[in-house]
Amino acid sequence: MMQPAKPRYLENSLQVAFFMCAAISTVTTVAVISVLAFETYGFLQQVPITEFLFGTEWTPLLHPKSYGLLPLLAGTMLIVVGASLVAVPVGLSCAIFLSEYASERTRDILKPVLEILAGIPTVVYGFFALTFVTPLLKTVLPQTQVFNAASGAIVVGIMVLPMVASLCDDALRAVPQSLREGAYSLGATSFEVTTRVVVPAGLSGIFAAFVLAISRAIGETMAVTLAAGATPNLTINPLEGIQTMTAYIVQVSLGDTPAGTLTYQTLFAVASVLFLITLSLNIIANRVMKRFQEVYE
Amino acid sequence: MKDQVVSNLAWRHRKAAAFRYFCIGVTMFAVAILVVLIYQVTSLGMPWLDMQFLESFPSRFPEKAGIKSALVGTLWLISLTALISIPVGVLAAVYLEEYAPPNRLTEFINLNIANLAGVPSIVYGILGLAIFVRFFALERSVISGALTMSLLILPVIIISSREAIKAVPGSLRQAAFAVGATRWQVVRSHVLPAALPGVITGVILAISRAIGETAPLIMIGALTYVAFVPEGPMDEFTALPIQIFNWTSRPQEEFHELASAGIIVLLAVLLAMNAIAVYIRYRGSKKSS
Repeated sequence: MMQPAKPRYLENSLQVAFFMCAAISTVTTVAVISVLAFETYGFLQQVPITEFLFGTEWTPLLHPKSYGLLPLLAGTMLIVVGASLVAVPVGLSCAIFLSEYASERTRDILKPVLEILAGIPTVVYGFFALTFVTPLLKTVLPQTQVFNAASGAIVVGIMVLPMVASLCDDALRAVPQSLREGAYSLGATSFEVTTRVVVPAGLSGIFAAFVLAISRAIGETMAVTLAAGATPNLTINPLEGIQTMTAYIVQVSLGDTPAGTLTYQTLFAVASVLFLITLSLNIIANRVMKRFQEVYE
Repeated sequence: MKDQVVSNLAWRHRKAAAFRYFCIGVTMFAVAILVVLIYQVTSLGMPWLDMQFLESFPSRFPEKAGIKSALVGTLWLISLTALISIPVGVLAAVYLEEYAPPNRLTEFINLNIANLAGVPSIVYGILGLAIFVRFFALERSVISGALTMSLLILPVIIISSREAIKAVPGSLRQAAFAVGATRWQVVRSHVLPAALPGVITGVILAISRAIGETAPLIMIGALTYVAFVPEGPMDEFTALPIQIFNWTSRPQEEFHELASAGIIVLLAVLLAMNAIAVYIRYRGSKKSS
């Protein structure tokens, strides 16, 4: 005789509990956006948005106060450009070596090395910049200031290098072997196969890697705070001290800033810009990456 | 004509060989950077590394300074972070892989997690400052730090645990369902045990990321000078990376040496955790193949 099914209280409540755990991610996103929007709105009540976005002076902690974001943006861009100059060519070359030339054994050794490099905390890179890269720059170019954008950019480049290398490696390895064999059978050399077949075929993945690297470099905090300084500076000279958006946020947090003041609100205004830029870059990268995965799977 | 083709071919082969050596050279250069980096950040601090360094509080006088409060603070912070983030992260992964219906809400949650993983850590710090420190008035306590850190590493734990759960063969689940197990019984007795090595590896890597994070802790106001040991989750605290940051940002050479000694301790902990994670993954891959 069949018994009527008992309601499964344990099963159902567990399912609800697990759902709550997964929903925390959504709650986090909502919280980030509302916190940033709320305080930024308060900030924009007192500072016109045109001054914030197009002003060329950033002196919220001095008199006269002024709230033009451009020096911080320029500082961040200087770091991003410098870091890309380091990470993109080196990262791509490493990836080509790993996926096209290296034997399985070499890969097994190099992959963990990359992981170690990726796992080193950013404050350690900051220490490296101050005690090694800056003195090195000074011996080559004596006009280098103690805090300078170049040193920060170089270590940020080293920092994102493992990510670029391993994502590009994934992209290159996703290119089907038959494409390579086709090119080789037509008499192409390994250089021609790599540069005219494999890299173009993996281009979307490589592009996504670069975009993610730029996003990481924009959000990078400790190394640039330690190495690049705390002087908002609208310059393109990498040997001068600058301040990035992230370094400004750290500078204010190290002091004691009461909630509700305009200075407190600048934190959120700057963080909003930071969040919007990195979020758009990440969305672009994820889209591109999804597309290249679809092509070959 | 034939000569031209031959010389052209020779040139192409030389170019290919040169390119190969170029890629090898660049890779070796990257490895060399790692070696220089590790040597540079550890060599200065070696002479400072002794029991006194581990057992002393920070001080204005370099020779008396140590990392006791930072070590204990990091231990508190990471234990609480692990307690909060591991169950939530793993269960979220279980939900998304085993329970979630393929609908818009699930898709939305997935998208959220992917995007959260790319949010700069300092933005989490801002969130922690506004929500935990101010709104819930938890002040600059260990628990504020642990909650902030948990939000930061949750996406990492969820993504890696999902990969591990996804790798469990479907036949295992079907066999359990076929003999009448409920969904929870399938998950508890079959899916989770099979996914465990992968889950543990992901969790260890996420926790080691939390150990090294500095920016969010500065945001929520972890102090840079603490001469006491936290005794409960509501106490103020400092952490190892904060102490390193503080010493690095001072101009005196002695403090840089102290920072380097702190870095040795930090890297030793991280390397040990990484080694464990790699070992577990290696054993897991051996068993399954």
